[in-house]
Amino acid sequence: MEQLLAMDQTPIRVLLAKVGLDGHDRGVKVVARALRDAGMDVIYSGLHRTPDEVVNTAVQEDVDVLGVSLLSGVQLTVFPKIFALLEEKGAGDLIVIAGGVMPDEDIVAIRKLGVREVLLQDTPPQAIVESIRTLVAARGAR
Amino acid sequence: MSYVPSQDLLQQLRSGNPWALGRLISRAEVGVPEARQALAEVYRSAGTAHVIGVTGVPGSGKSTLVGKLAGALRARGEKVGIVAIDPSSPYSGGAILGDRIRMSELANDPGVFIRSMATRGATGGMARAALDAVDLLDVAGFHTIILETVGVGQDEVEVAHASDTTIVVSAPGLGDEIQAIKAGVLEIADIHVVSKCDRDDANRTITDLKQMLTLGSVVGPKRAWAIPVVGVSSYTGEGIDDLLVRMTAHRAAMTDSELGRERRRRVAEFRLQKTAETLLLERFTAGAEAFAPALAVTLTGRGTDPYAAARQLIAKTIREEYSNELA
Repeated sequence: MEQLLAMDQTPIRVLLAKVGLDGHDRGVKVVARALRDAGMDVIYSGLHRTPDEVVNTAVQEDVDVLGVSLLSGVQLTVFPKIFALLEEKGAGDLIVIAGGVMPDEDIVAIRKLGVREVLLQDTPPQAIVESIRTLVAARGAR
Repeated sequence: MSYVPSQDLLQQLRSGNPWALGRLISRAEVGVPEARQALAEVYRSAGTAHVIGVTGVPGSGKSTLVGKLAGALRARGEKVGIVAIDPSSPYSGGAILGDRIRMSELANDPGVFIRSMATRGATGGMARAALDAVDLLDVAGFHTIILETVGVGQDEVEVAHASDTTIVVSAPGLGDEIQAIKAGVLEIADIHVVSKCDRDDANRTITDLKQMLTLGSVVGPKRAWAIPVVGVSSYTGEGIDDLLVRMTAHRAAMTDSELGRERRRRVAEFRLQKTAETLLLERFTAGAEAFAPALAVTLTGRGTDPYAAARQLIAKTIREEYSNELA
């Protein structure tokens, strides 16, 4: 398919988002920098966004990957909202990943909702890059 | 999810689907061949929106101003599209696109669509697909489209060839820096904005610019549009309404006038040149890979000279591809 050829040379687009009252953005900024240095286009939402704002941004920017960073323990509230909104807006093919700190049982729960990868606080930046590249390559052209 | 044909996306976009709009901008940006026909249709039906170019040095407050401006236009009931460009890294090719952080008040308004783009090697302060994105927003029904360039230096003036109205933002306190850019980007302004005008030293910058314009009108050619200088504070909101008035006035001056017709012709010609450059470069790069090695062998043996070999290379790569177009 011709469009696959064009895909390969194109930077992967990633939206990194902080949702809710969580003010810890050191980690997400490190990730943003690592992804930029790996040749990706990175859009950072800034702090204190709502699921609505994040999903609207993801749709307008048509990102390949939405990464949500959470260190406040609200993953079981945030992800159901995000997936419902994505479905509503026809953006079901978006790859959603999570990062930060959360209990093991929550990881199981959000994976069930559709989170494709959970990258916790000690994940090396290169592993995050590889994980995103693998997920986007597996999805194919769009 | 399967691949949605671009023609279907175009139909969804016309009925106001933001997801389809986002996806088509991506395909224009990537240069997906399958989308070319749909984008050709888009160009033909675009041209109704008022396109505002906003440029200025890094940190002059472009994004914040664009956010405030969009808010004011929304209050008048207009739908606003924004294309915000940030630089790609020359080393990794990656980019941090941070303009929309300054426009976060608009994130939940369905009458606003913000798209961030990286320059991806394009020069002139623009991204290659920025104008496709503008056309797509136009066809999607956005009344005013704001095109925000990267923070510019001195000669990134392309935005003037891509917009109906060009706003150049200068920040106070740059002192002699202003002098340094006077010969370049300041010349393209239809409207000058001095940002951060809540600061004490803003008046000095406003005066500097006004004096420069006065000098220009004394020694330069007569202008049909008198370029205003507007002090704006995105922090207090001062000057935003005045800026809107000036924008509307400039648009009126460009409607049904020789000035406007000439401007639109120049914009079209620029677009044509840029597109042709891109096509030639793509074709040449592909052709050079195929034909250069053999020519290089002859050249190494001194059987030809670099000038003749280069002419042959160009003829081989370009002639056959485009010979049909003139028929």
